Amino acid sequence: MPEPLTAAGLQGVVGIALAWIGVGILGLLRPNHVGIVARLLFPAGALLGLAMAVVAFTALPLPAQQMVLPIGLPDLPLHLRLDALSAFFLVLLGSASAAISIFAAGYFREGEGTAPGLLCLQYHVFLASMSLVLVADDAYAFMVAWETMALSSYFLVTTQHRIPEIRRAGFVYLLIAHAGALGILLSFGVLQGGSWQFTFDAMRGAALSPGWASTAFLLSLFGFGAKAGLVPLHVWLPDAHPAAPSPVSAMMSGVMLKTALYGVLRVSFDLLDQPLWWWGAIALVLGLFSALYGVAFAAVQTDMKRLLAYSSIENIGIAFTAFGLALLFHCFDMPALAALALAAMLYHALNHAFFKSLLFLATGSVLHATHERSLGKLGGLIGRMPWVAWLALIGTLAIAGLPPLNGFVSEWMLLQSFLFTPQIPQPFVNMLIPLGAAALALVAALAAYVMVKFYGVIFLGQMREPQLAEARDCGRLERLGLGVLALGCVLLGLAPGWVLGQIDPISQLLLGNGLSPAGHGIWQLTPLSAERASYGPIVFLLGAVLVVALTYFVVRRLYHGRIRRAPAWDCGFPAQNARMQDSAEGFGHPIRHIFAPLFSMRRQLPSPFDRNPRYRVDVEDRFWTALYLPLARGVERAAEWVGRLQQGRIAAYLLYSFLTLTALLVIVL
Amino acid sequence: MNSVAILTQALEVVAAIALAPMLTGWVNQCRAWLSNRRAPPLLQPYRALRKLLHKDVVLAENASPLFRAVPYILFGAMATAAAIIPSLSTDLPFGTAADAIALVGLFATARVFIALAAMDVGTAFGSLGARREMMIGFLAEPALLMVVFTASLICGSTALPTIAETLVGRSLAIYPSLAFAAVAFVMVALAENARIPIDNPTTHLELTMIHEAMVLEYSGRHLALIEWASALKLFNYACIGIALFGPWGLSGSTAEATSPMLALGLALPVLGLKLMLLGAGLALMETLSAKLRLFRAPEYLAMAFLLGVLGLLVHLLLWGGAQ
Repeated sequence: MPEPLTAAGLQGVVGIALAWIGVGILGLLRPNHVGIVARLLFPAGALLGLAMAVVAFTALPLPAQQMVLPIGLPDLPLHLRLDALSAFFLVLLGSASAAISIFAAGYFREGEGTAPGLLCLQYHVFLASMSLVLVADDAYAFMVAWETMALSSYFLVTTQHRIPEIRRAGFVYLLIAHAGALGILLSFGVLQGGSWQFTFDAMRGAALSPGWASTAFLLSLFGFGAKAGLVPLHVWLPDAHPAAPSPVSAMMSGVMLKTALYGVLRVSFDLLDQPLWWWGAIALVLGLFSALYGVAFAAVQTDMKRLLAYSSIENIGIAFTAFGLALLFHCFDMPALAALALAAMLYHALNHAFFKSLLFLATGSVLHATHERSLGKLGGLIGRMPWVAWLALIGTLAIAGLPPLNGFVSEWMLLQSFLFTPQIPQPFVNMLIPLGAAALALVAALAAYVMVKFYGVIFLGQMREPQLAEARDCGRLERLGLGVLALGCVLLGLAPGWVLGQIDPISQLLLGNGLSPAGHGIWQLTPLSAERASYGPIVFLLGAVLVVALTYFVVRRLYHGRIRRAPAWDCGFPAQNARMQDSAEGFGHPIRHIFAPLFSMRRQLPSPFDRNPRYRVDVEDRFWTALYLPLARGVERAAEWVGRLQQGRIAAYLLYSFLTLTALLVIVL
Repeated sequence: MNSVAILTQALEVVAAIALAPMLTGWVNQCRAWLSNRRAPPLLQPYRALRKLLHKDVVLAENASPLFRAVPYILFGAMATAAAIIPSLSTDLPFGTAADAIALVGLFATARVFIALAAMDVGTAFGSLGARREMMIGFLAEPALLMVVFTASLICGSTALPTIAETLVGRSLAIYPSLAFAAVAFVMVALAENARIPIDNPTTHLELTMIHEAMVLEYSGRHLALIEWASALKLFNYACIGIALFGPWGLSGSTAEATSPMLALGLALPVLGLKLMLLGAGLALMETLSAKLRLFRAPEYLAMAFLLGVLGLLVHLLLWGGAQ
């Protein structure tokens, strides 16, 4: 039991989590009063989020703090621990949730499924459970928090529970979340290694044979992969994100997926003391495949939130790629590179929390203004909703991995760690790494394609439906939420050296060594050495801005600023209308064409003589038909078979009991 | 970093901006000669730019501010790229702020902005061009990255000036991996600069054009900036090619001891000579080949990408990742 003074940060975290629950319960007092719930409770939640970020940030460089709460199972009280890894993810949770809560304060309106007060409770319980997941220090506390997180987010997903598709999406989410939880539970069961002590401290000390350690790793990869949306466990994600209200989608995609990254880091680097190299190879391959799969599917989506959901799969894939790489380098004893890959993973997680939340919230504003989620019916909103459009542009550029915003930084670091791999004693891995770099480059370029489609179809061009002209820009609170996230994207892009310095304790904790101290300069990011590579976003941005500004002034000074407005030229074609623009389907066509084997497509082509032609194409996930439907049928068949046991007669059941007892006796004797 | 280096840096950007249209003019001249036409004067592109700069901008009614900002961003991005690429000297202070990956990122930024601008007015041709450009881009960009990676692995650095310097230092070594990379680079450079066989810079045939389709709605000074940026992009690609595959004759930090100005004065005619050769080669290639069908473009680019990856693998096989 540590002395109370050193656990101040942890106490703060627990206090904030309890306060979140308290805010949620307050919502129940006047469940239908939007004014109180939205204008009072959500901002309070946002302030608590900010406090969480500050408390966790101060705890980042400190040694681990531990606490035991006298609640829980009889001989297993609740163990809590706050170390650098937990603190980093708490900062992520606190800062992203503060912005999302502020946005939510302006977002939730009356008459949208669940009563606002109840929604407030679910939302804040969700936040509190995520923070408890991050500080839990025994399997029991972890599983309780993990399940609370899954359940509260299930209720949030099914806010509009009157719509059958949303109920179905919620069901699939719950199902996969529980399959994953089972994997995590079993993994903990293996990790305790016969000591029957379920605290994480005991697991750290348990000596596992390589076989059992691998079993534990694979089980946890399955469990956390299901939560993170790693292919093929991703099927819930593209359904659940569009179903949920936008702030919830932002929270799930931006923050909840990161708890899975936390879990996988915690298990493989902290609880298992001797990782094996092929674990890293598996994570690397799965991550790259998820990234490619996610981005290819994102390119062909026609629903804006589904598109973002698939893009989340891509980004999680990138994070897992970095994780696998860190694990590989760690096992082959290349500390500097392992630290770089780990930093790339953490940085990408943080970046994704900011830009993906920003984009999900922007889709929420668009949805409220237009009541339309389908890309085929949007367009031209930059004129009607300038705030949302310009802030979303920052998120779009960031997620496309363009310098000098934040998405580029993590991709740069990841490419650097791919690039300077010295000889690895495994020839197979040696070949894998350049192929991985190639795949990652392809994914990054495809992400730009996807984001041009996303932004161009929603915000640019002509309005595809006349009622879009009535769209109104979002309110002040929503602007504030979006603005904070956009600012985060810019700052994370400009000050990578500083951020790397802050997250150095994590790699000290997990790997035993940090990045080279040269990497922490404010002006320059030099992860390995200055001759090898450096990137100075501030100088870079200043240079670019200087050139652009100079060009502007020279052109405007030397010549003139005359402008005439006229109808669009379009090669002199007079009868153009909004429906002649590229549709979302059209924009995705090249990808459908090039990556055809990935998709299962159903086309419905009209006959040339049709007076009222309808063209329809459905792109479906192959994993549904190839993996999940056979699995579901198998389960149904097994249930049917087991169902035969159910006779409904007392004599039959007595016979079963008799047979069971006899069998047990035979075994025992 | 010293004042000479900063001066060199500025000189390089100014030289790139000033010379880029001449390179385009030279390529056009060679093309005309090769097809037995009378060539336009070498300075024709400058006249065209001057004419465009003097004209009024005619803007589509629903064009947003983004549409008006993009020409400046595009031009600025290409000029910034010129600051990273060692075309005259390898002693570039700006080179430490952005390496080859950032350079590829900068090209990607320019591409994303021009594609967004093309979708902004919402005409059929604009969005069609944007889609095609992004299709070309998503395969060409990783291919370019692979080329850069191959060179980086040989030199143990992703900073372009360092790569060029290292390659100059090992002038007699021949790298098989660089041969693959060079082929891939030529293919990418053709595709990225809207040349035959992917796009035709002189076409105005709506159904096949890519780059022209995107800039249809631009006029006046905006169009001038975009044309200039395209010329700069060609110039930049030529300089990347020179830096990676033939960097001899650059002025570098080694030359500083004697006289940096003299070295620069020597580097300029060398660069001019190389660009003349490259321009003539480009014109020859364009004259000899035909434009591919658009649906074949992904295959062409996938080949470039695979060649780039092969170059990387060949390097690892032969050198075993030793740096």
